[in-house]
Order: sequence, then C-alpha cells, then structure tokens
Amino acid sequence: MALTREQIASIASLARLELTPGEFPVYQESLSRIVEFIGALERADTAGVAPMAHPLPGLSQRLRPDAVTEDDRHEAYQQNAPQVAAGLYLVPKVIE
Amino acid sequence: MSDLHRQSVTQLALGLRARRFSSVELVGACLARIEASQAALNAFVTVTREQALAAAAQADRLLAAGGGGPLTGVPIAHKDLFCTRGVRTSCGSRMLDNFVSPYDATVVAKLQAAGAISLGKTNMDEFAMGSSNETSFYGPVRNPWNPALVPGGSSGGSAAAVAARLVPGATGTDTGGSIRQPAALCGITGMKATYGRVSRHGMVAFASSLDQAGTLAPSAADCALLLREMAGFDERDSTSVDTPVPDYVAALEQPLAGLKIGLLREFFDTGLDPEYERCVREALKVYVGLGAKLTEVSLPSLPLSVPVYYVVAPAECSSNLARFDGVRFGHRCENPRDLTDLYRRSRGEGFGAEVKRRVMTGTYVLSAGYYDAYYLKAQRVRALINADFIRAFKEVDVLMGPTTPTPAFALGAKTADPITMYLNDIYTIGANLAGLPAASVPCGFVQDLPVGLQIVGPHFAEARVLSAAHALQRATDWHTRVPEAYA
Repeated sequence: MALTREQIASIASLARLELTPGEFPVYQESLSRIVEFIGALERADTAGVAPMAHPLPGLSQRLRPDAVTEDDRHEAYQQNAPQVAAGLYLVPKVIE
Repeated sequence: MSDLHRQSVTQLALGLRARRFSSVELVGACLARIEASQAALNAFVTVTREQALAAAAQADRLLAAGGGGPLTGVPIAHKDLFCTRGVRTSCGSRMLDNFVSPYDATVVAKLQAAGAISLGKTNMDEFAMGSSNETSFYGPVRNPWNPALVPGGSSGGSAAAVAARLVPGATGTDTGGSIRQPAALCGITGMKATYGRVSRHGMVAFASSLDQAGTLAPSAADCALLLREMAGFDERDSTSVDTPVPDYVAALEQPLAGLKIGLLREFFDTGLDPEYERCVREALKVYVGLGAKLTEVSLPSLPLSVPVYYVVAPAECSSNLARFDGVRFGHRCENPRDLTDLYRRSRGEGFGAEVKRRVMTGTYVLSAGYYDAYYLKAQRVRALINADFIRAFKEVDVLMGPTTPTPAFALGAKTADPITMYLNDIYTIGANLAGLPAASVPCGFVQDLPVGLQIVGPHFAEARVLSAAHALQRATDWHTRVPEAYA
C-alpha cells in the first residue's frame, strides 16, 4: 500500500516532526515499503490468540509505599534544560 | 610492548590482585590503544581519560591495602545509552549531544561498585536503531577486521572496542539483536540477558517490552563475570524481576554431556550464506563430540518475527521518544514561533533519518483505524512466536543456529533500503520477542571475516547458555583470534 504525501504530512504532524520538503519523498517511499512488509502479518491465523504486551506473563507491576525516598535535585536536573528561570522550564507563550 | 590487552577480564582481575601490574598501568595502556585507534575505528564517542586514571590510582591503593571487589581496577567501556553521572550520554544522537546525565544507570553503578573502571562511552546507532552503526550522529564505527566493513549494530562501538582489544569487556543493549549481531560480525562473544534480569534504570529507552542489557567480551567466561556483577533486582526498574542471580562463573564448568540442543530449522533458510552455515554446522559437530544430543526443531511462526518487530518496536519507540520535546533536556531549535513549532523543529532537527522513520512508523501503526490491524495483530503473532519457543524448550535445553545470515558487509551496502537492513536481525529478533537469554559465540571465519553461533536458552537460563558457550570455547580457539592490526 502506497502512502500519499498527505498521509506522511499527517503522520509527521501527529509525531510532532518537522520534515523538510526533501524528506517527504524519502519517507513516502520507505514507509510505504515498511507498511507493505508488515502487511505479511495479515496472513497469520491469530483467531483466539490473546495479544502479548511483554515477555514475562504473570508478572504484575509492583507498587511501592507512597513515601518520599528521593532528595530534591531539581537544580542538577535542570542543568540540562535549554531555558530555565526560578526553577521553571521556559517555553514560548502558550496562552495569549 | 606489553601484552596486557591480550588478557581476559578474569586474568586481568587476578593479575591486579596479585600486583603483577597496576591498574594505572593497565588503564593507561588501554587509553593509549583507544586513542591510537580512534581515527580508524571511531569506536568511542567520549573518552574519560582523567576520571579513569584517577579511579585507577584509587583502585591501586585499595588493592595495595588488600581490599577491592571482583573487578577492582579492570577497565571497561559503556555503550553511550547507559546514563553516566557527570559524563555526556549522547545515545549517538544530535538530540542528546549536550546531555550530561545527572545520575548513573544501575548497570553503571553496579559495575563501579564491583571495582570496574569506565574508560568512556562507546559509539552506537542513534537511539540503538540500526544494525550497522551507520545511523550514529558521530559517524559510523568501522569493523576492526576490515575498515571498509560495518561492525554491526547497534552496540557497534562496544563490539569494535572489544574486538580490537581496546578494552577487555563492554556493556551493550539488545532490542532486536544489538549485542549478538555486532558480536558475531566482530568475532567476539555477546550475551543478552533474560528480559527483567538486568536493570534498565538509566538505560535510555527504545522499545520497553524488548530492551535488555548485556555484555560484550572475547569469551563466555568474561561475559559470565561481567553479567554476574550487572544482573539483579532493582526497585527502580518496574520490569526488574526479583530472582536471585546465580554465580555464572561457578556454573561455567557444568558438564555438557547429555545437553539437548535444538537446531532451529527456520534459521537454516535460503537467506543463510552457505559458507556461514558450514561454520555453524562444524561448531554443532564439536558439541556432538562433547556428548550433546542434536535434534531439529521447528518454530513455525518464527519467520514472522521481523514484521512483528517492525510494528512493536517502532510503536514503543514513538511513545518513548515523545519525551524529547526540546523543553526539559536535549536539543532545542532556534527562535521557536510557538510551542508546536518548538516541538516540531527541535525533534525534526534533533533526530536523524532512521529515528524519524521509526517514530513515524510507530505513530502510523498506533493511529486511529490502524491500531487493531497492525499493533494488536503484531502482539497476537508475538504470542504465537512465544508459544513456539515455550513448546521447543519442553523438548530441548538450548536452541542453536546462526546469529546472522552473512558476515560483515560494506559500509553503505544496505542503507538505501530499510527492509534490507532490517532483515539482518532475522535470526536474533525472536529471542527479544520472547524475552529469552541469548548469546553469540565466534565459530569460524568466512573469507577472513568472523561468524557467530547463536545459543538461546529458556527464561533465566543464562548460566546454561554461558556454560554451553564456554564448552565450545574450551574446545576451539575462534574467540581468541584478534585482527592483525590490533594483535
């Protein structure tokens, strides 16, 4: 199944990826190939088979007591942030 | 010229303890080899020379005082997706080119606690997405056996560093073959643990139902020692399994006689290079000579493992990589117009071509109208493949076959078509889908290029896989071969 340029634009938009004009034909072709390739799954008989989400069946997610166990290291963590002020992450204005 | 680089992890640990050489001497020798090979191999993204030498001096003091752990003073390297406190953790991506981790991954902390000294961070495919190391933002790694060829991926820097004996051992991660495939292509031993065996805390996530850590070293004995120190329950990883870690080193010598080896029929398919197959069959004969019993087994759903993987892995990656938004860490574009523009351009500029391809594939298979047809369908076929493995392990102790269809290939040979590249992992993906421990062990050469025998075991049977690998390595010397340029 060939994907259209509009479909690529829509996928890129959902994924929050800015594509250059030159990237469109590249991804149009390779994603179409991939979609065709994974289409092979259609032929498998999976009637009555439960989907497998992870490899350790029977394992339930652990819970821990709701207690503070970590130190406040926000200053160390925020050293990697592009823009910070007063302990807050800065982004362009969202609400006019 | 010292021969320290030819010694195994075990020999080095013993030699340091016996004070035959110092850690400063050993670390210095490895650093010199790393620096001398960097232009040719590009195996490292970051070398932590000063930190390593300081740690080595401290290790020497500890050893002089009669202290130290099982790896005190032994140099290693970490794949650059393990977070290292105070050291850049790039994941091979422009996105994290400026990221200095504020904490250590559990694997990093555990190996450090055992006394190992990290010399730096090894190059890798961007976010571990690749089978040739060509997707790295820092340029491709080259294969020490022939610099015109790829080392495999995504743990290609770790594999090349060990193959060229720059370090005696390194960490890696394996989502679809990223430890075993480069180990095979570089002629070393690679061991991926059972899903849940090694903590993934501080391991940058790619596909969370598949990712698992492991080791790359010349021999299975070295892998056993490193894995014993890395493995174990970690409350910081919600998928970590609370099961005691056996002493993999002590278990190496368990007798092989009577071991039931299942030959994976689906792995000896038409895509397998005939000369590669000949090497694998020779290795199987060695096992028969040691008293193992061979039977052929069939896993009929296994041929669908690559299409399953290229739904499940991109789906999980598109979700995991949503955290890279240009706000809290990582690359941010210049002068964003608004928040959406900031997200879109930061991600468009920060991610390389293959990562974008996988994020978009994952976004597509998870999007409205396609979720059932692709994602749920792939999870159902995954269950069929898993059931095939469970059935096989009722009859045999381990499964064996080739690690890859061919030896190392030329740089650029498979970059034009993603499917051609994806099919490199055709024999390795099954173990990830089922979460099984699996190793690749050197078993011969085809036109001067190493090839690998793959050994897959049931869940948490790392000791069995490693001892089977060790038995082959006591009977053959393929794992001791070193490329001439690095001998």
